[in-house]
Amino acid sequence: MNVFAPVGRVFLNFLRSTGKLALFTLNTVSHCVRPPFYFRSLFSQMIEIGFYSLPVVALTTMFSGMVIALQSYSGLSGFSSEGVVASVVELTITRELGPVLAALMVAGRVGAAMAAELGTMRVTEQIDALTTLSTNPFKYLIVPRVLAGTLMLPVLVLIGDVIGIYGGYLICYYKLDFNAVNFLRNTWDFMKAVDIVSGLTKAAVFGFIVTLLGCYNGYHSKGGAEGVGKATTNAVVSASILILICNYMLTELFFTK
Amino acid sequence: MGEELKVQMTDVHKAFGKKVVLDGVDLQVKKGESLVIIGGSGTGKSVTIKCIQGLLIPESGSIKVDGREIIGLSEKEMEEVNSKTGMLFQGAALFDSLNIWENVAFGLMEGKKMKRAEAKEIAIEKLRQVGLSPDVAPLYPDELSGGMKKRVGLARAIATNPELIFFDEPTTGLDPIMSDVINDLIRSCVSDLGATSITITHDMSSVRKIADKVAMLYKGKIIWYGAAADIDRTGNPYVEQFINGRADGPIRMEVRG
Repeated sequence: MNVFAPVGRVFLNFLRSTGKLALFTLNTVSHCVRPPFYFRSLFSQMIEIGFYSLPVVALTTMFSGMVIALQSYSGLSGFSSEGVVASVVELTITRELGPVLAALMVAGRVGAAMAAELGTMRVTEQIDALTTLSTNPFKYLIVPRVLAGTLMLPVLVLIGDVIGIYGGYLICYYKLDFNAVNFLRNTWDFMKAVDIVSGLTKAAVFGFIVTLLGCYNGYHSKGGAEGVGKATTNAVVSASILILICNYMLTELFFTK
Repeated sequence: MGEELKVQMTDVHKAFGKKVVLDGVDLQVKKGESLVIIGGSGTGKSVTIKCIQGLLIPESGSIKVDGREIIGLSEKEMEEVNSKTGMLFQGAALFDSLNIWENVAFGLMEGKKMKRAEAKEIAIEKLRQVGLSPDVAPLYPDELSGGMKKRVGLARAIATNPELIFFDEPTTGLDPIMSDVINDLIRSCVSDLGATSITITHDMSSVRKIADKVAMLYKGKIIWYGAAADIDRTGNPYVEQFINGRADGPIRMEVRG
């Protein structure tokens, strides 16, 4: 029994799937810029991702903002906390929690749905049917989804930022008896363009990751219902991991120096 | 040589990993002819037609459609070739997210860029041709029975007036009477269009009804080819076993594929 065989097999499999994903990504990007474009599907995907994800994103950012306000107050009491709490809420929401939490929620909602839909289309030959009707499945199915994700996640995060800070404000005003005007002024004074820009850039990258992995896993699923289930799980898990890794790298890119 | 040949396959090989599926397939279909490929499950029938459509790329050999070599064509050029073909899938492969007339008109609207209103008229005419009333046009695929889905699939396959039509097990999963209805429809639609057709099936009543020529595929090779009228006196033990549906004979069913 060769000890190296399983190790090698795992390594080769890893290389194979990385290569496949890289090719898939290149293919998607190259089809993004070549006509024909399917604006009707792009529009409906934008509604699906942008509009219908609003409630979950609003809820998560709202409660995160509230929790941060509460935690930073209790953790930092003794300092001149009124100004600190406002800035901590603003910083964590716009730079980190807004984009990451929104992306994770969208991965669970939209990424999973895309994997399941495309996976079902694959196993029932609907993707092959597109080809026989001289429609490129990349252009018709994948490009609208990935574009919509990349465009709409920043919008969601921008709304989430506002709601998250509002959550912090609610706690500060009603529970901690802060002065409302001071809270808002502190938040506004402390906010820098880079907070928002970095957060929205992250959102766009995460939106790309979520939709790309949803499409990739669905497009390559095989083996009937079980395969579709696996594709859905893989889409969510791999997107979530990649989001967290990319989040670190983007933070490094924006804020070190 | 090459007189009026619609499809010409020469020495086509295709394998998935170590499993050889097509082992040197030679096949010719004349213009306007109806070829039926028979053979047991897993003998490479589907792979054969997927190769002709460019959905799978063989390792070696040559496939010509209208005298044009299709192996090695770019996606764009393959779309051009496919725009003159139609296909009826085994499970009909209707798009779940579109209603019936949009399904039928898909190739017209997306492939040929026809206006919606105009495409709808043609779609309804094609639905009538396959015996469906205009009432089904606004329904969705999951509201239809298996036989009706097959009819819609047929209407979609013929909507663009293709010159070459593929039928993948058109009668599988239907009752004998509905099978006969579908066979009749296939016969009449193909002859109305003057199209060439390639059908894969293991249903002998389909063969007798729609075939001009029959080819039998076994272990990745064409082991018999001839006129449909001669199918009962081939003297070929493989064909005899198959058409009579006997468990014992030269063909051994591989229980594990």
